[in-house]
Amino acid sequence: MSADLTKLAKLLQELDDQMVACMKCGMCQAVCPVFSETMKESDVTRGKIALLERLAAELINDAEGVQEALNRCLLCGSCGANCPSGVQISDIFIKARTIVNQYMGLSPVKKAILRGMVGNPKLFNMLLDFGSKFQNLMTSKASEKQGTRKAPLLEPFIGNRHFNPVAKKSLHAKYGTIDTPAGKSGIRVLFFPGCVADKMYTNMGEACLKVFKHHGVGVWMPATQACCGIPALSAGDKKAYDKMVKYNTEIFAEGEYDYIVAPCGSCISTIMKYWPKYGKEYPADMQRKIEKIAAKAMDINEFLVDVLGVKPEGEAPKGGKKVTFHDSCHLKKGLGVAEQPRDLIRMNSNYELVEMNEADRCCGCGGTFTLYHYDLSKKIGGRKRNNVIETGANVVSTGCPACMMQLNDMLSQNGDDVEVKHSIELYAETL
Amino acid sequence: MISASLTKEFEAVVGSENVFTSEPERQAYSYDSAVLEPVTPALVVRPTNSEELGKVIALCNENNCPITVRGAGTNLSGGTIPDKRDGIVVLTNGLNKILEINEEDLYAVVQPGVVTAQFAQEVAKRGLFYPPDPGSQAVSTIGGNVAENAGGLRGLKYGVTKDYVMGLDFFDVNGQLVKTGSRTVKCVTGYNLAGLMAASEGTLGVFNEIILKLTPPPAASKAMMAVFDDVNKASEAVASIISAHVVPCTLEFMDQAALKHVEAYTKAGLPVEAAAILLIEVDGHPGQVADEAAVVEKCLTKSGATAVHVAKDAEEKFKLWEARRNALPALARAKPTTVLEDATVPRSQIPAMVAAINDIAKKYDLAIGTFGHAGDGNLHPTILCDRRDAKEFHRVEEAVDNIFDVALSLKGTLSGEHGIGMAKSKWMEKETSRATIDYSLNMKRAIDPNNILNPGKIIAG
Ligand SMILES: Cc1cc2nc3c(=O)[nH]c(=O)nc-3n(C[C@H](O)[C@H](O)[C@H](O)COP(=O)(O)OP(=O)(O)OC[C@H]3O[C@@H](n4cnc5c(N)ncnc54)[C@H](O)[C@@H]3O)c2cc1C
Ligand code: SF4
Ligand code: SF4
Repeated sequence: MSADLTKLAKLLQELDDQMVACMKCGMCQAVCPVFSETMKESDVTRGKIALLERLAAELINDAEGVQEALNRCLLCGSCGANCPSGVQISDIFIKARTIVNQYMGLSPVKKAILRGMVGNPKLFNMLLDFGSKFQNLMTSKASEKQGTRKAPLLEPFIGNRHFNPVAKKSLHAKYGTIDTPAGKSGIRVLFFPGCVADKMYTNMGEACLKVFKHHGVGVWMPATQACCGIPALSAGDKKAYDKMVKYNTEIFAEGEYDYIVAPCGSCISTIMKYWPKYGKEYPADMQRKIEKIAAKAMDINEFLVDVLGVKPEGEAPKGGKKVTFHDSCHLKKGLGVAEQPRDLIRMNSNYELVEMNEADRCCGCGGTFTLYHYDLSKKIGGRKRNNVIETGANVVSTGCPACMMQLNDMLSQNGDDVEVKHSIELYAETL
Repeated sequence: MISASLTKEFEAVVGSENVFTSEPERQAYSYDSAVLEPVTPALVVRPTNSEELGKVIALCNENNCPITVRGAGTNLSGGTIPDKRDGIVVLTNGLNKILEINEEDLYAVVQPGVVTAQFAQEVAKRGLFYPPDPGSQAVSTIGGNVAENAGGLRGLKYGVTKDYVMGLDFFDVNGQLVKTGSRTVKCVTGYNLAGLMAASEGTLGVFNEIILKLTPPPAASKAMMAVFDDVNKASEAVASIISAHVVPCTLEFMDQAALKHVEAYTKAGLPVEAAAILLIEVDGHPGQVADEAAVVEKCLTKSGATAVHVAKDAEEKFKLWEARRNALPALARAKPTTVLEDATVPRSQIPAMVAAINDIAKKYDLAIGTFGHAGDGNLHPTILCDRRDAKEFHRVEEAVDNIFDVALSLKGTLSGEHGIGMAKSKWMEKETSRATIDYSLNMKRAIDPNNILNPGKIIAG
């Protein structure tokens, strides 16, 4: 108990050191998607920091209230990218969520989901494979275009969302471990599809494999790899997160490869930035392994354009089907990748790229945010959907599978005739 | 504590979703952008139309609840910190409609919670121009701008917010709507209450609808940067430009300390060895711009600028302004706490003020970077510190006292644009006089006998 308290106190101190940089200028109001829907200071960074400044006292007064306030954030990073004072906002919120959760103990449901399933890849995979066989019984078709289904019976749990079904066969179930040598590129990657590409958007995962093959890139995809840990970390469940990171690190440290590539900005940011940052208490040997792994992490769009040199030449294609691109937060604000996916889309002459308004505004998914605050998430997503529709595009592309889920839901709910595709899928179509 | 029954009465007016009662929700309105002690309001109420706003104010007055109106809460003087005595915060961000943009008669009518930059953009879409551009415009509101009489980079040529207020209506403390000004260019019907309301910081009434003047945008502009090895020379250059009868739209100053921080942050290749730089933009008809730019260049060189860089195209111009835009972010990153002050002196006194600020920095062992609107004599000495260090923060407070004393001794003013609020009320008498304070107090008492409207702001007590 006392060890836990010391840990908590240390975390609180770290938090304080980071928060003092906030000058309460309020400029974060301009970019926060949650604030722009609710217009409440408690829903924007400045208000949350004010609350966290009294965290120790507030936890005693009203721990649930603090947790609720903290959960009303997408961790989209928009405020951090726009903050004149350079406050490390996402970091503050992640730490604060960890502190609050440690203080409260996780709810049994969350514990079950995060630890039991995501934290135990074998069980998680088995359950999903099992579920995929039965899901049609519970759900009915929602939209052909987005391939979504709905589940009125499950409405009390998942709201009226339209979701893409779990694939009949996940990537790992279909391919097992992939282990091919570097071809003409001389490069070999550790392919990290991420949970969503592995279990839901398997077409997108296969598009990645097709692209690697075309470019003579050797692939190592260990079938045993687990989730990168971001859902657990952003929910403040450091224990489940640590379990996943340690599990993956042991596997990844064994292989030989030049880059770790994922079609998901969130997975890559996590491996690249969060793994080293939130592992300071791991054994030194583990930390060294993580440093090495993190240094190799790269988003797949960036890998193709900046490493393999895939780049469109000449005029951008005109007159094809219209496609518009949504910048995922982790990809653009987190990794600074924005031009590369657009370059890849321009490689496909069947499409004409049209920019939407506010292309880099968050789609409202925010991982667990959409689970707890579906109404808010839908409002934010609705604005994104309107921006997509205004372009008249037939396809909306993005670089993040979580955004794809949200976009599919929003478009499907409105009966829109717009498909959602990952930028790699559009590029893979040209090969 | 506000009673449950009074809370219900507010809910009956604005709906329960617009009354915030929980501790985290209320705490988020306990501060603004000034470095002052927060005070958590007893209740936060958000009206969404005029009628509700009037009723909320009347209800507050009937129940003796002090009202602090809040736009975006970006003021730097504690103007939106609620009263300790069960203060209620009334939000204007539910009143955020642009009601009319009249392209023929060049005016617009807006609700007070309209965000300044969004308004300026809407106006620009119609080929018109709303010049006031405070650095906070991406979030600050028109109501807050009027109540603080906010200025911006274009103040020198285009004036400040009050110069664009043609009229407004506001709720008095009883919730009655008072109207002043009109949609006409000229209007001398009665007292100039709109003038009184500008910079009133929520102490005399609550704005409801504001009529704003619009202008045609300038057709062309040219920007340049001049480098000086002596602050006096920079100041002479400002004087010589003004006396050559050229009024640039923007004439900005940055001292060496500010330059060093900006360069460390942006790596834009700024002349960090310079004692000061001036950033200047002239705008207007293309012919006039070319002529004026030539005159300005001559003045700069004659005053001893060691270099003058004229932006060749839009991209270069953008880069120049980037340096100015980054002054605050760069300084803010240097140390945890940033105390941004607002000392303003007659233009000719800029070198004396800058020298005094440097002496004060040395005397109190503090890092202070200074930038600001040289054309207006409006300087922003920015003190970099850590508010958790009580000893250091005490020195900061003394340094601020000192800075204002110097500004006043140079026949300057306490505030060029950030308002008085709570932060500077103690100096009011020093700048004005006891008679001025008494006159203002009499007026305030007549208008607001229970001292309900933002008590403690502008005039201490
Ligand atoms: C980064 C930054 C840059 C800034 N740059 C500038 C600048 O360049 N120039 C400048 O002048 N200021 C600047 N400021 C200060 C501030 O932005 C301005 O004072 C602005 O006008 C405040 O607007 P607001 O909507 O935030 O008002 P608030 O801070 O919410 O309120 C300010 C005052 O107005 C009153 N008020 C608000 N609405 C009403 C209403 N409807 N009726 C009656 N009273 C009302 C409030 O009670 C309060 O006293 C800056 C601040 C920051 C943080
Ligand atoms: S923009 Fe940054 S410094 Fe300003 S209030 Fe928000 S978090 Fe604080
Ligand atoms: S991370 Fe996104 S949602 Fe959260 S406070 Fe910042 S801008 Fe708002």
